[in-house]
Amino acid sequence: MTETLQANLISLEEKLNEIDSQISKFKQISADEGIKLNEVVEILERRKLQLLDELDAWQKTLIARHKDRPLACDYINGIFTNFTPMCGDRHIMDDHAIVAGMAYLEGRPVVIVAQDKGRTTEEKVLRNFGMPHPEGYRKALRVMKFAEKFNRPIITFIDTPGAYPGIEAEERGQALAIAENLREMSQLAVPIIAVVIGEGGSGGALALSIADRILMLKYSIYSVISPEGCASILFRDAGKAPLAAAALKLTADDLYGFAIIDQIINEPAGGSHRDPKSTIENVKAALISNLDDLCRVDKNELLNGRYKKFRNMGVFCSFDN
Amino acid sequence: MGWFSKLLVPDREKSKVPQGLWEKCPGCQRVIYKKDLEKNLWVCAQCGYHFKISARDRIDSLVEPGSFKEMNSNIGSLDPLEFTDTEKYCDRYKKARDKSKMNDACLTGTAMLGKNKAAIAVMDFFFMGGSMGAALGEKITLMTEFATENRLPLIIVSTSGGARMQEGIFSLMQMAKTSAALARHAKAGLMFISVLVDPTTGGVTASYSMLGDIIIAEPNALICFAGPRVIEQTIRQKLPEGFQRSEFLLKHGIIDMVVPRSEMHDKLEFILDFINSGERAVE
Ligand SMILES: [Zn+2]
Repeated sequence: MTETLQANLISLEEKLNEIDSQISKFKQISADEGIKLNEVVEILERRKLQLLDELDAWQKTLIARHKDRPLACDYINGIFTNFTPMCGDRHIMDDHAIVAGMAYLEGRPVVIVAQDKGRTTEEKVLRNFGMPHPEGYRKALRVMKFAEKFNRPIITFIDTPGAYPGIEAEERGQALAIAENLREMSQLAVPIIAVVIGEGGSGGALALSIADRILMLKYSIYSVISPEGCASILFRDAGKAPLAAAALKLTADDLYGFAIIDQIINEPAGGSHRDPKSTIENVKAALISNLDDLCRVDKNELLNGRYKKFRNMGVFCSFDN
Repeated sequence: MGWFSKLLVPDREKSKVPQGLWEKCPGCQRVIYKKDLEKNLWVCAQCGYHFKISARDRIDSLVEPGSFKEMNSNIGSLDPLEFTDTEKYCDRYKKARDKSKMNDACLTGTAMLGKNKAAIAVMDFFFMGGSMGAALGEKITLMTEFATENRLPLIIVSTSGGARMQEGIFSLMQMAKTSAALARHAKAGLMFISVLVDPTTGGVTASYSMLGDIIIAEPNALICFAGPRVIEQTIRQKLPEGFQRSEFLLKHGIIDMVVPRSEMHDKLEFILDFINSGERAVE
């Protein structure tokens, strides 16, 4: 079933590739023969953008999960210098679904906490496909408290299908670990920026996202439940995931419209995997400008602002009865 | 997180016996005279099975008679996503309101336990599976803020199938909002008692429910982050007997105590007396 649901992304990528190869063919001819083919090239570029304008929520979901999409470690390596990992929750183990440590952002010392799904099969297993256990959330919190103690801003990268649903995870308090992160992050007296780079999977993503600024890549998603999960529960049919994806309003555009996120970071046409380098540059620029803004804010103002930000999320009414 | 599944159809609906005078116990399969059950706070006298009860019945069983003063009762949810699955969310929601005579899945207010005043929020599983949307999140947050401002202890009784998926990202953000309000309540040095009843799952468990200074569960309540079905599908194994039940959580150090419904009032009163008593242990 997943294969048929994915087929439409593959056909989209084929179309994009075809247009790209046509464009380069025309450019070649134009160069070789000295003929001006600008108009043809422009038409093709426009067609490409049209194709992308029509991307629906499900196609964006597939791009957010694309196997070649840059992962947290790609951003860490591409944006920061001297990244020095910190490991372990100091109780049970080091959860590799969470990558954390110290680094410099163009000379600014920052602390990074990230979810990484892993690229190769080995990495995926090591990182549990980006699904943290409670130890991962406790490791994250330990490192974030370290950041607060030494007055270093925190940058988190969000990319997870969700917190891991397993026997040990439940035994060791998955719900508790997430809840404690929500509570503690709301009080950390240093600037926090969260960047959703792929999948923002429910509570497992929220547990690293209580931030002063929430940024999202254009083709990333952030949702209370996966489209598949929602489809099987509410639509009674997991095959209706594309419908559920649309209904959940989980794209960056949707969330920006709801004022849940602060900024959409641009991606190259068709997704960051088609040009990781430019995406990484875009993320870097967004981080620097947001960080410099936040570092100018007084601590109390920062914490009050963060409280208000989440306090105001939610649409409700008052009945007359 | 928002897994709340078909298995969570309220027991009382399922086991209705035609005349309405008798109720079948899902625990021991005995048929019980309804009046007897009511007298026993909806707990089976034979096997100790705790039936699900409404928020109003729960409040009657917990606080001093007549002391509950409801607040913010008018708050209800909207439909910001204009969500439709097999049914429109706004229709589903209206039905739940009509049936329950409540505006959303919890009641909040102040009440007395013995001589202690407390802020209290009680969830109702019969209202859309106790799912957490913006109205519920707002009511819990308002009550928490009220408790902080008035230096009151806070009691929240949770029962929930998880997030209200029909409210999408707004429902997820209620976890953040309620937890941040509790952080301020805790910082003010105030007591929060979290009471968990069957079932407490998903986003509610992974936010305020787990943040109590004291966490108490009713016997044999399902308390989890991910539901048993989701876990079974993920790991493709049968789950151990008693997994994710109150006693399991007690054994694994996640909760403080398991207290039957008949003793809950006294236990809460004891804890409030303990923190409110003027005399403190001498160094
Ligand atoms: Zn029984």
